[in-house]
Amino acid sequence: MPPKRFEDPLPRRDFLGIAAMGSVVVTMSTALIGVLRLPKPAALPESASRFKIGFPDEFPPETHRKIEDRNVWIFRDALGFYAFSAICTHLGCVVTENDRVDSGGRVLSGPAPRGLDWLELSLAVDGSLMVDAGKTVNPGSRFNV
Amino acid sequence: MDYRATQAFRTNLVRVLRTLRDSIFRRGKATSDRARSQAIFQNFYWHIHSVRVHRYTLRPVFTWGLGAFSFAFFAILCLTGILLMVYYKPSVSLAYDSIKDLHYVVPTGRFIRNLHRWAAHGMVVAVILHMARVFYTGSYRKPREFNWLLGMTLLVLTLGLSFTGYLLPWDQLGYWATVIGSNIAGSPREVTDVLGITPYFDPGAVIRQVLLGSNSIGEEALIRFYLLHVIVLPLALGAIVSVHFWRIRKDGGLSRPEHADPPPPEQEVFRPNKTYGLMALVKGKTPAVDREPENTLPSWPYLLLAELAVLMLAVAVSMVLAYHFDAPLKEPANPAVPENPAKAPWYFLGVQELVSYSAFMGGIGIPLICLIGLALIPYLDRERGTTGVWFDGKGGLKVAAWSLVYSALVVVGILFVAIRYGWLRNWFPAIPQWVIILVNPGTVLVLAFALWSVAVMRTKNSTRLAAIALFTCFLVGFTILTYVATIHRGPNWEFFWTKGDWPIY
Repeated sequence: MPPKRFEDPLPRRDFLGIAAMGSVVVTMSTALIGVLRLPKPAALPESASRFKIGFPDEFPPETHRKIEDRNVWIFRDALGFYAFSAICTHLGCVVTENDRVDSGGRVLSGPAPRGLDWLELSLAVDGSLMVDAGKTVNPGSRFNV
Repeated sequence: MDYRATQAFRTNLVRVLRTLRDSIFRRGKATSDRARSQAIFQNFYWHIHSVRVHRYTLRPVFTWGLGAFSFAFFAILCLTGILLMVYYKPSVSLAYDSIKDLHYVVPTGRFIRNLHRWAAHGMVVAVILHMARVFYTGSYRKPREFNWLLGMTLLVLTLGLSFTGYLLPWDQLGYWATVIGSNIAGSPREVTDVLGITPYFDPGAVIRQVLLGSNSIGEEALIRFYLLHVIVLPLALGAIVSVHFWRIRKDGGLSRPEHADPPPPEQEVFRPNKTYGLMALVKGKTPAVDREPENTLPSWPYLLLAELAVLMLAVAVSMVLAYHFDAPLKEPANPAVPENPAKAPWYFLGVQELVSYSAFMGGIGIPLICLIGLALIPYLDRERGTTGVWFDGKGGLKVAAWSLVYSALVVVGILFVAIRYGWLRNWFPAIPQWVIILVNPGTVLVLAFALWSVAVMRTKNSTRLAAIALFTCFLVGFTILTYVATIHRGPNWEFFWTKGDWPIY
């Protein structure tokens, strides 16, 4: 018996069928992924995360003050200013004075996975202190005027 | 002049009600068992039932009607939900007031809202008990494995429906429970933080943003929850529950033990070449001689009456509760002042207790382990036991009882340690977070349960008994955790014997 000249592992009709099904799967899944992109917002409907809290000399050394409506704590010690968020890193409750964190926002007890977020401080054009609740900085860093 | 058309018109007009009725009910009045069987068989809404139902299935103490109760509560929820939608406005500035209007101004609004609330509780209870019934009677066995999976999906959808409904009144209760829920959704950050990859890959934040449409709970979150609550989840649940019912029929009705049917005749009388299905009126190829033809009854009236009774009872229970106990409505949502304690609805409180040790493990890890474990039961336990009998008889009941004792001791013991002495961070303040994620009361419980189940599997040499052990542990853990979180947790999630001991700030 002469050797087969041409081994055909995939007949032409099968190839076309598989290619058609493949294109259906690829097209539909790409379309689906594209459509499902919609629910993830590109612009977040929130007020600006940066806000002014007053002039630096309103915060004499050894200040610790909570900006109530913004849920932010402001501190000033010998090294400079620092601020951290009062939103607990466990489940988003608001931390109060007698809660289980120290003046560095470190967790003393309880289930919080990490200390409170330290927030970026800067000076606005008019010379007042500005907190950016959307930007965190390394705990321990200070802002000096 | 030929007036035949006019005459015919007059006759038709007189008969219009009758012909209309006949066009709807093709077979006329069902006066015999055969006609009633045909009605079930040929009616679009009733053909989800089988024509005949086994006597064993109709015994109340076998099913307790729990699946039917779940669906009855769902039906009440659909009706009352649509009525509530007439007045409810899913907007931050209007939602709270529209609920208040429903409560105080709209005729029967308060009652309808209470009904919705109580039927929701009823549905969750019925769904959980239904799952326990199906498990303990071994009804997940072949060929019903896939229907067990569908049931798990329905459980998740039921919980999802109640979670999304909680926010809609836009009061303090719903708002802060949703803050907790959405932060649990964001808690994979615990793990990415440990791995140090959060700045590059933060799945928690993505899930959270897709759920809330924002980083905080506001207008976007409210409309998304509303959409999920009134369209997406109910449609999904309706579609899947239809398949769930359909599979009951296709899998041969509800499970029942072999002894529920008389033994087949020892000698076949004769074997015909051709068989007639006859709408499930006759089964098998051998004509029955000297015995009852089938141990079944026509679904109409027996099954339909039983279902109607369940529906009536569900309506009655919901109505009595709705009449006497109002659904809660707290102050309008205030993002600056947390509810303390902020508690989720009771069926999530077991999870919330675990969350108080680790948000990720308690809120995502352990629930996922439980769901995957439950879903795998019919695929890992393939024993052919006495299906359709509670606990598979005495052996299973004994294992279940011992598992109850064991798991109750373990859960209470671990809770005692955690409440009385604290946990790792209280003993070693500098302990890294990954140790807490891996070793916390929740994971210790899971491990203790798994070990117990493995021990039962080895000593009893049975996967079914191991499954009974594990499932019982799961139910006991769920119950005790839910109880402790509901009754004994107060402000800052601290332990109090009674609400009277709560501190006053």
